Amino acid sequence: MMEDMSHYPLELTGPDVPMVRFMNVTKRYGALTVLDDLNLDVTEGEMVTIIGPSGSGKTTVLRMLMTLETINSGVIYVDGKPLTHMPKNGVLVPADAKYLRRARASIGMCFQHFNLFPHMTALENCMEGPVQVLGLSKREARERSEELLEMVGMIDKKDQHPSRLSGGQQQRVAIARALAMRPKVMLFDEVTSALDPEVIGEVTNVIRRLVSEHNLTMLMVTHQMGFARDISDRICFFFGGRIEEQGPPDALFGNPQRDRTKQFLSAVKEAD
Amino acid sequence: MQWNWEFTYEIMPRMLWATLNTLMAAGVGYAIAVVLGLALALAQRTPYRGLTLVVREVVEFIRSTPLVLQIFFVYYVGPQYGLNLSPWVAGMIAIGLHYASYLSEVYRGGIESVPKGQWEACIALNMTPVKTYFRVIIPQALPPSVAGMGNYLVGIFKDTPMLSVIGVAELMHAANAIGGQHYRYLEPYTIVGVVFLMISLPSAGLIRAFEAWVRRKLGMR
Ligand SMILES: Nc1ncnc2c1ncn2[C@@H]1O[C@H](COP(=O)(O)OP(=O)(O)OP(=O)(O)O)[C@@H](O)[C@H]1O
Ligand SMILES: [Mg+2]
Repeated sequence: MMEDMSHYPLELTGPDVPMVRFMNVTKRYGALTVLDDLNLDVTEGEMVTIIGPSGSGKTTVLRMLMTLETINSGVIYVDGKPLTHMPKNGVLVPADAKYLRRARASIGMCFQHFNLFPHMTALENCMEGPVQVLGLSKREARERSEELLEMVGMIDKKDQHPSRLSGGQQQRVAIARALAMRPKVMLFDEVTSALDPEVIGEVTNVIRRLVSEHNLTMLMVTHQMGFARDISDRICFFFGGRIEEQGPPDALFGNPQRDRTKQFLSAVKEAD
Repeated sequence: MQWNWEFTYEIMPRMLWATLNTLMAAGVGYAIAVVLGLALALAQRTPYRGLTLVVREVVEFIRSTPLVLQIFFVYYVGPQYGLNLSPWVAGMIAIGLHYASYLSEVYRGGIESVPKGQWEACIALNMTPVKTYFRVIIPQALPPSVAGMGNYLVGIFKDTPMLSVIGVAELMHAANAIGGQHYRYLEPYTIVGVVFLMISLPSAGLIRAFEAWVRRKLGMR
């Protein structure tokens, strides 16, 4: 059945347009509804962390925003413009490949398993997007990339291939690679989950710096509750494909209102 | 029948010349197969269902019929449709197409071995599909394809004698001609065997070395 798109605005206007808006977004895999009528706004410069039990749909939220997954109903807006749809004859229709390429340019993502290009050095990984996608000159791309590798503390390894780097080092390069595209929104999906405990800090420190020194809008999924509490502006607790509870970190961690939130938080505390 | 060294020396220049032709046939045929095979592999991955299906059927068809039939077909059926091809051109088309269909399967396997995360990283960097293939996917599909590509290089080399049936002047053709003229087949055929042996034997080791070299070149181990 075709969804009636007429009540979705062609673009968001007004004084406080959010950087990201999920509007009535539903995602299904076959009979399984993974996200159920999700509504979520993220304002510019905000750091929102998504927590919740395994399978609650956290990763799916980020993947839809990166356009790695299509959605079944609803609309996602980025910076006021539809991302999943495009305006055509005054209504929104599903975005085609060309529109998607333009619309997702403002989004960057870091993955649990880094996904660096193994046949390129750290520097080449960072330069690839700026040169091949943004059309920067090699020199400009190199300057930009070296600056970012410096920031993530990887400048002295810039000529190494990923196979020569530790997980923490690879993830820092991956963050630099994503930032080299100058995204407005950064997505982090469990970027420390594949790392040895002793190198988690080097990655979280980079993210901490991003939060304090840049005006990036960020959406993060993590199982590290302490880290999330430290750096987030807001925590969303997902359960069964819905936002069960959300609020500022101190409120959500210190004084959860819903039973499921309390159960989840005490369960992860025990596991720690 | 006694081995005749004098005769051997006498026919050597002609056999060496034919060896060059054999190498050239294998080289040119392989060059066609390498490029065309990639096109066939990529065509099967486009979103156009019709194209994908047709290409898959063509590849399947070529792989399940004998090369010698395909050589005859291109050379003898072509003229009936006004397409007159020299033995060389017909032979190169036939053998190039034949091995292209085998190589397309090698490439397909190589491409499928690239992890899903690499494709997703390309989307996250907003790369076009063409750049995704040529900058990221194909370089990584190469190392796992090298062994298969090498085996088919040896294969195409060993299949060049089939081109003699339409008169391409390669080794087998020369050996047959010499045998017919002098009523001595032992020496020319032995030389053919020795040449093929000398080139095929070290190839397995060379392919393995080349594979390691490609991996090192790409910084992957
Ligand atoms: N490609 C897919 N096909 C079918 N089902 C899928 C697919 N991807 C995810 N799912 C299902 O969707 C649900 C939500 O998955 P998602 O990866 O978003 O969970 P998550 O909250 O990130 O979990 P985790 O903490 O384990 O990473 C799960 O039940 C998962 O099995
Ligand atoms: Mg997940």
